[in-house]
Amino acid sequence: MIELRNVHKRFGQQVILNGVDFSVEEGETVALLGPSGTGKSVLLKHIIGLIHPDAGTILVDDLNVATLGRKQLAALRSTIGYVFQNGALFDSMNVFENIRLGITDAKDNRNAAYCATRVPECLALVNLAPEVADKFPAELSGGMRKRVGIARAIAGKPKYLLYDEPTSGLDPVNADIIDGLVKHLAQTLGVTSVMVTHDVRGAFRVSDRVALLSDGKIVLQGTPKEFLASADPRIKAFLERDFDSHSFAA
Amino acid sequence: MPSAQTAVLSLPRAVGRSVIGSLAHIGRFSLLLAELFRALVEWRIWLPRTMDEARNIGAGSLFIVLLVSAFAGAVTALQTGYQFQGNLPYYVVGTLVVESIVLELGPVLTALVLAGRIGARYAAELGTMRVTEQIDALESLGRSPMSHLIIPRVLAGLVMIPVLTIFANAIGVLAGWWSAKQVLPLSNADFTYGAQFYWRPFDAYYSIIKAFFFAGAITLIPCYMGFNAQQGAEGVGKATTTAVVATSVTILILDTLLAKLLLHP
Repeated sequence: MIELRNVHKRFGQQVILNGVDFSVEEGETVALLGPSGTGKSVLLKHIIGLIHPDAGTILVDDLNVATLGRKQLAALRSTIGYVFQNGALFDSMNVFENIRLGITDAKDNRNAAYCATRVPECLALVNLAPEVADKFPAELSGGMRKRVGIARAIAGKPKYLLYDEPTSGLDPVNADIIDGLVKHLAQTLGVTSVMVTHDVRGAFRVSDRVALLSDGKIVLQGTPKEFLASADPRIKAFLERDFDSHSFAA
Repeated sequence: MPSAQTAVLSLPRAVGRSVIGSLAHIGRFSLLLAELFRALVEWRIWLPRTMDEARNIGAGSLFIVLLVSAFAGAVTALQTGYQFQGNLPYYVVGTLVVESIVLELGPVLTALVLAGRIGARYAAELGTMRVTEQIDALESLGRSPMSHLIIPRVLAGLVMIPVLTIFANAIGVLAGWWSAKQVLPLSNADFTYGAQFYWRPFDAYYSIIKAFFFAGAITLIPCYMGFNAQQGAEGVGKATTTAVVATSVTILILDTLLAKLLLHP
């Protein structure tokens, strides 16, 4: 279980998180919505300990992430797969080596035979052909890079998957494929997922619950139905903006 | 319009900010060093990468290092010959070429060239990795950026830069010898006599000790700058420029300090 209690974070004078309370139960998929620049990615990075809070508590499996030692943090991170917004693939390595790096168990990682089967397995899970393994990130399209990023994140068989804007910058077709992939992985691997996004349609399709981050706080955490039924003006304004943009695009 | 009080306080504020900024750099740099030493136990990770990096530094830099050093040796010999013509015996050219190259020009010019070549590359590579979240990705996988990225670069530099300096010294002396013979009535025996006349074995050690310290600056400063780069392409550019300037200045400061400490203890 992931739980954030009263988390505060500011960069210089800018307050990013102002008392965030947020929780994700085992096995569920939660979409964290919010306009760009509201601190969704910052919140996600707190969960994996890439950013430390100024105040508040972040618990993953009852472990306080901010106070963990180096080894404990590394051990915790090996149970979490993180999908970065732009893939964050290592451009000096080919796809095989990138995914191999995601095999976090040291023994498995050193076992060439295991890696030779695990990497194509991960590629298959994200609907990519085994031949992609020989390519370098620069040779891949945006959608493929995102999928390789997901393949790397699942290579270590994590318990949690954190997605940072997995569909941003993609055309609707590729965005739908990635959304489908998020749902498929949650079902087949049984992982607990948190997806940061500003795509309301995708969030509703994929997640069990949605949360809206606005002005440094979680405005609402509930099912998509509860979200749509909410009378909170901030939620209404966010939904109207999103639906407006979709109808404009149509 | 700013009040008189604001104007009076602006200077101490600027100084204060600068001091705090410098202390923050020192703190972050010390943390990087501490992390680096801690990650040395992960030798399975950094050893193969160090080999690759050493090959990269050695083979990639050899030509430019030898070229610069050859010209430095040749010019030193030609100017020495010109200045002392008719005043001092010609074997002095051998003395000056060898001592100038081994004590100063070989290690310092090699270091300055490598500060541009390797330092800029390290800062830009790591800076790009930072702004494209590749370093975050490494950490998110529970892996240490020190053993994957920093230790291989630093160790490869600490090994290869002294080796390159030895090659630079040898080529510089040979180029000086050859050039002097082109313009002066200088025999091989004269040159070797002059070269050996003031030669002390410590001169060779001094040259390598300097190269080792310079290697530390050439690798650590750019790695630190790149590792802490921020704000996109502009941040990477700034980190790269700062790394090259800071490394070059550090090389010159180390050069003076080592001359005082090792030659005039």
